[in-house]
Amino acid sequence: MTWTLVILPLLAAVAAVLVRSDRIRRALLVATAAAHFLLAAACWFAPPVLAPGAWVGFDAAGRLFLGIASLLFLATAVYAAHSLGREARGRQTEEDTGSVFVNAPEAVFTACLLAFLSTMTLVAASRHLGVLWVAVEATTLATAPLIYFHRQPSSLEATWKYLLVCSVGIALALLGNFLLVVASAAADGSDGTLLVTELVARGGTLRAPWLKAAFALLLVGYGTKMGLVPMHTWLPDAHSEAPSPVSALLSGALLNCAFLGILRAHSICAAAGLGDFSGGLLVAFGLATVAVAAAFLANAADYKRMLAYSSIEHMGLLALGAGLGGAALYGALLHAVNHSAVKAGLFLLAGNFLAAYRTKTIARVAGGIRRLPATGLLWLAGLFAIAGSPPFGTFASEFTILKEAFAPGRTAVGIAALAALAIAFAGMSKAFLGMALGRPPDEAPAEREAAATVWPALALLAASLVLGFWIPSGLQAGLEHAARLLGGGVP
Amino acid sequence: MNNALDMLLVILVLTDLVLLGSSRLRNAIRIAALQGLMLGLLPLLAHGHGLVWSAVLLGAGSALLKGFVFPALLNRALRETNARREIEPLVGYVPSLLIGMGVLALSFGFGARLPLPWPAPSQWLVPAGLFTVWTGLFLIVARRKAITQVLGYVVLENGIFALGMVLVEAMPLLVELGVLLDVFVAVFVMGIIVFHINREFDHIDADQLRALKEPAP
Repeated sequence: MTWTLVILPLLAAVAAVLVRSDRIRRALLVATAAAHFLLAAACWFAPPVLAPGAWVGFDAAGRLFLGIASLLFLATAVYAAHSLGREARGRQTEEDTGSVFVNAPEAVFTACLLAFLSTMTLVAASRHLGVLWVAVEATTLATAPLIYFHRQPSSLEATWKYLLVCSVGIALALLGNFLLVVASAAADGSDGTLLVTELVARGGTLRAPWLKAAFALLLVGYGTKMGLVPMHTWLPDAHSEAPSPVSALLSGALLNCAFLGILRAHSICAAAGLGDFSGGLLVAFGLATVAVAAAFLANAADYKRMLAYSSIEHMGLLALGAGLGGAALYGALLHAVNHSAVKAGLFLLAGNFLAAYRTKTIARVAGGIRRLPATGLLWLAGLFAIAGSPPFGTFASEFTILKEAFAPGRTAVGIAALAALAIAFAGMSKAFLGMALGRPPDEAPAEREAAATVWPALALLAASLVLGFWIPSGLQAGLEHAARLLGGGVP
Repeated sequence: MNNALDMLLVILVLTDLVLLGSSRLRNAIRIAALQGLMLGLLPLLAHGHGLVWSAVLLGAGSALLKGFVFPALLNRALRETNARREIEPLVGYVPSLLIGMGVLALSFGFGARLPLPWPAPSQWLVPAGLFTVWTGLFLIVARRKAITQVLGYVVLENGIFALGMVLVEAMPLLVELGVLLDVFVAVFVMGIIVFHINREFDHIDADQLRALKEPAP
């Protein structure tokens, strides 16, 4: 079951390269996504038995992140199958920079997209930190060609930064893995391990100084991939230059994968009695991330970059929640689900704006509701969802995190986080409202919107809306189980 | 046995210094290849239990990739991009070497003080590994050519590989091979991107890649 989930998309990727017809390839993409989603759902309802020493398998945390990735991939695959047909052939002109470009071959794009799904599945399934490392680096390599789909200088620049910064970051995480082996080995250097369950079981017998150094390196390494400040510099470039379905997956699914790596390391520290150390680091990075992202959100000029900075902000919240521990860790996991759904939906809507207005500049987009009624209305709803206002699920999850942040003795953390969220909301609402309201430039008439461009985003936003009222018992149990597994608690 | 290991590590440090002071790209690629070949020998010398088949396999794979495949890839990129040497690096060669000397001394100080739970196969191992990691990072941030940055990434991996040899006997072979495969694909993809950078910008100076940034408030 586990290996089927990893290998199925990989086989489909090979097939995608071999298939000649674009239509068959797009059908293959959607069919693979649907099959993967069904298998992942089966994994939820009938979890396969986990062998204690298995390197690969889905525990509660793995299942949660697998579910997010699989759902998002299905939504974006439906959207991408349509948007690939919408993409012009031959030479195109980017209106913002005036550069002329062509697209990368669609077969390569689809193959990389499917390989990306496979590597993300492997990240979620990893119970061995070595395998996790290999899988996370593989996600970087699978996504680099996706960011360079539109072959123009700005995409190339984004790809280069992404590839280099993330690879160097991940290399430091490898060093962290080595130190972890030292922390766990016996006095003669034998018997070291990277198996998460084994490390958690050894707990207090791990060498504390080495474990601390290992956690710091893992946090910097996977934090680079997750977009924590100050290692976030590549993220706004990569997430804004990638085609919109890819941006949706990068922000919604891939950042979570890196977060899972940090959570695994944190759970080992917590088991060893160093939870205060690792939690403190996470809170510091989380707060810095939320604050810096809010500053950039207050002054955004490009709507895809704005969404990317918003992803950074929410990753900061996740790190904050994980660091605060207890019920906040549960809140962080719930927030990962909510943020992924909302952010992926928003990036898909941003793709519709980009296709209609041919610009990413906020100031040049107006009258969204008149020109693209469905997209415009969903965009407005998305503002409230991403800002964490009721009745969306993001409100419940942010509230759970902030409630812990305001616990006695650390009120300053809560106040700082809340202030940053308010600044971010003010900046984003200005941009969102300006784009949705008013009159479109040139008085362009309302366009017919294809179902495939609207429904995936609608479904994702609706999922977050439903989570605001009611969390299905299966998901609730999964979240609680995962929170306890990772060393947290339940509200 | 141990003398050979010490010798190897001294050469590793020397190659790092040559990389810091060399402007010819072809030369730098050759030096990095030499480094890769030597690192292939490291598992054999560092594991004190005679010839273990996993150590042989790992060493051979690493030497093949870093000694032959990477240089071939990078040389191909070099031919296609027509770059000869690094012009006007962000940090000059003499300052680079001086900083390098300082960091080398620090690495030794740190290596001597590091309370390893068990004795390393050689007291040179930790300082040489750390210094190689630093050299890789330095090449990435202080040089302009994209190809030198790829080279820096390779050197950084070499350093981590060396440290891993020292610290870890228990790292499973499968994971090591996975790491090696990832590094291979990374260098491969970077090579392709370097080629595209050259085509788009007519040169491979990565510091020209600075169009993407926030507008001034």
